[in-house]
Amino acid sequence: MSPPGSLQFCVRLLRRQLVLAVRRPIEIGNPLLFFAMVVALFPLGLGPAPDQLAGFAPGILWIIALLSNLLTSDAVFRSDFEDGSLEQLLLAPQPLFISVLAYIGAHWLITGLLLALVSPVFALMLNLPGSAVGTLVLSLLLGSGVLSLVGCIGAALTVGLKRGGMLISLLVLPLYMPVLIFGSAAVKAAVTGAAAGPYLAILGAMLCLAIALSPLAIAAGLRISIDA
Amino acid sequence: MWSFFHKLGSPPWLYSISGVILRWLLPITLVALAVGLTWGLLFTVPDFRQGNSYRIIYIHVPAAVVALAGYYVMAIAGAINLIWKMKMADVAMKSAAPVGAALTFVALLTGAIWGKPTWGTWWVWDARITSMLILLFLYLGVIALYEAFDNKEAAGKACAVLCLVGMVNIPIIYKSVDWWYSLHQPASIKFTGDSSIDTSMLYPLLLTIAAFYALFTCCLLMNMRAELLQRGARTSWVKKLALAGKST
Amino acid sequence: MGHVSAPLLAAHAISLERGGRELFQDLSFEVLPGHLLQIEGPNGAGKTSLIRILAGLSRYGFDGRVSRYTALLYLGHQSGVKALLTPRENLAWHVAGEGQYSDEQIETALAKVGLYGFEDVPSHALSAGQHRRVNLARLYLSQCPLWLLDEPFTAIDKTGVLELEALLVRHVEAGGAVVMTSHQALQVTYEVRYLSLVEGLIL
Repeated sequence: MSPPGSLQFCVRLLRRQLVLAVRRPIEIGNPLLFFAMVVALFPLGLGPAPDQLAGFAPGILWIIALLSNLLTSDAVFRSDFEDGSLEQLLLAPQPLFISVLAYIGAHWLITGLLLALVSPVFALMLNLPGSAVGTLVLSLLLGSGVLSLVGCIGAALTVGLKRGGMLISLLVLPLYMPVLIFGSAAVKAAVTGAAAGPYLAILGAMLCLAIALSPLAIAAGLRISIDA
Repeated sequence: MWSFFHKLGSPPWLYSISGVILRWLLPITLVALAVGLTWGLLFTVPDFRQGNSYRIIYIHVPAAVVALAGYYVMAIAGAINLIWKMKMADVAMKSAAPVGAALTFVALLTGAIWGKPTWGTWWVWDARITSMLILLFLYLGVIALYEAFDNKEAAGKACAVLCLVGMVNIPIIYKSVDWWYSLHQPASIKFTGDSSIDTSMLYPLLLTIAAFYALFTCCLLMNMRAELLQRGARTSWVKKLALAGKST
Repeated sequence: MGHVSAPLLAAHAISLERGGRELFQDLSFEVLPGHLLQIEGPNGAGKTSLIRILAGLSRYGFDGRVSRYTALLYLGHQSGVKALLTPRENLAWHVAGEGQYSDEQIETALAKVGLYGFEDVPSHALSAGQHRRVNLARLYLSQCPLWLLDEPFTAIDKTGVLELEALLVRHVEAGGAVVMTSHQALQVTYEVRYLSLVEGLIL
């Protein structure tokens, strides 16, 4: 019997991650709940004036998406590290930098994709003009992919540490900033009626770069964490 | 050539050669710093728009330039450690982090001091200052990650990966922040003029930049020597050194 | 067998130091087909460290070199069993990297470790010993010639130990090799080689 190809293996891994997530649905619900609650904080802190909220809405929505992505990325490898599954993954004949794409993919599907899909509701709550909602969803779809890819680097580097939670934000947040800048700029452009295409294109370019490079860093990080 | 690399991997050799380098480099650095700063701060003509406050660029710009270069030094040392498993590269990387972070902090501090007379406030979200702030976060992230590991060898490797990720990201971050700033407020006064800097102001600036590079090198070497002694605390060459120091 | 066959694994002058203490020094040995090698030493002697070095999970922090000439199977302290998956899913996943096994093969393997009837029970309902057994079921499916087992008898009952010992012997007799750590002596009628980390030589 010959070992399965790396892509086939990756698909099986992705299916396993999704099965695990579906069997514990609260893990899927938590980021959405977090998103909703933090949205509710802003009117309380900034005041309920609709115009003011609308002005801040692109930034607010993007910052919350960024934080919920950050909070969930800490757990991507943790349970597999603790129960030894990760060791087996490292020893598998398939290259690790392809296998980790399954973890990132599952993380993106569960947080990034879902958040992007429900974001119109929160956008309306913050009085974001309807014309910008489409751009918001698109920018979140592209941008959250980058966030997942970068966040998993932090997760891979800190998975062996007892208290990785706070550290991962210190490592990863500076790297998130370009995504925040272009993501919220795309939405702002759509609000003012300017073309959002260029911003989305830059987000797409960042996504391509991240897909190409971050699996290498994640694979290296996991090997180091397993060894520590 | 190969014997040089081989020697580079030997702590006692590195310790003694860095001692020789420092004996020459340190006085030169101090003189260059003193001359450059006196020249820049006291003997250049005031800027026609900003008056005397611009003089802080003789500290701010060198600190910022070298802080950025320091990150690259750190990342390249990290890469050497990852690829060739060279322990001395790990020492260099670890030693570069606090020096770079300190320089970044100096750049931020001088930026804030300059902001007060120029903009009337201590902190402005100017593109350059924001980039420096993010660079400081990147440095602190590396230091925090190193400290979080108990196994220092793993710490070095993990930090090396992080530095490399940061190295790829820094140009993106700088460009993004630049662009973000130009979108939000067209720059009225740029910190470093496009090309309109007079040569009488430029020469002392170049001298201080060179002096800051030398200062970075000195601090890096001194840090590395301390680290070498600490790591080799149980080895014979350190014991010999300690005994020799006691007898003189 | 003897020296006619090529080694499956070779360790070249491995030395390990932890916290300034030499755990072992200049350890060199070869693992040939048919070898049943037990690594011996008290707690903290570096048995687990050595087996992780041999497996390739530890890649630095030691001196020396390990050559691996074949696919290997490593079972560590942790079972790698997910509480949310059933034994069937867990086992299918454990061997996913080696190949696609049929449901029947998976069931047979689970039955062999005494988990018949437990195939589709969520694993959080199983005991630690049963988790370990899910893990050991891999040995019945695996095609890997070289097994690296770290304390495989932990949490396994008496009959389980006997079955496992028989399985190990079958594996080495068929031309495989086993490197393992264990605190108890193997009760087998096969030549067991010992590697003592304290004395650093094969007895």
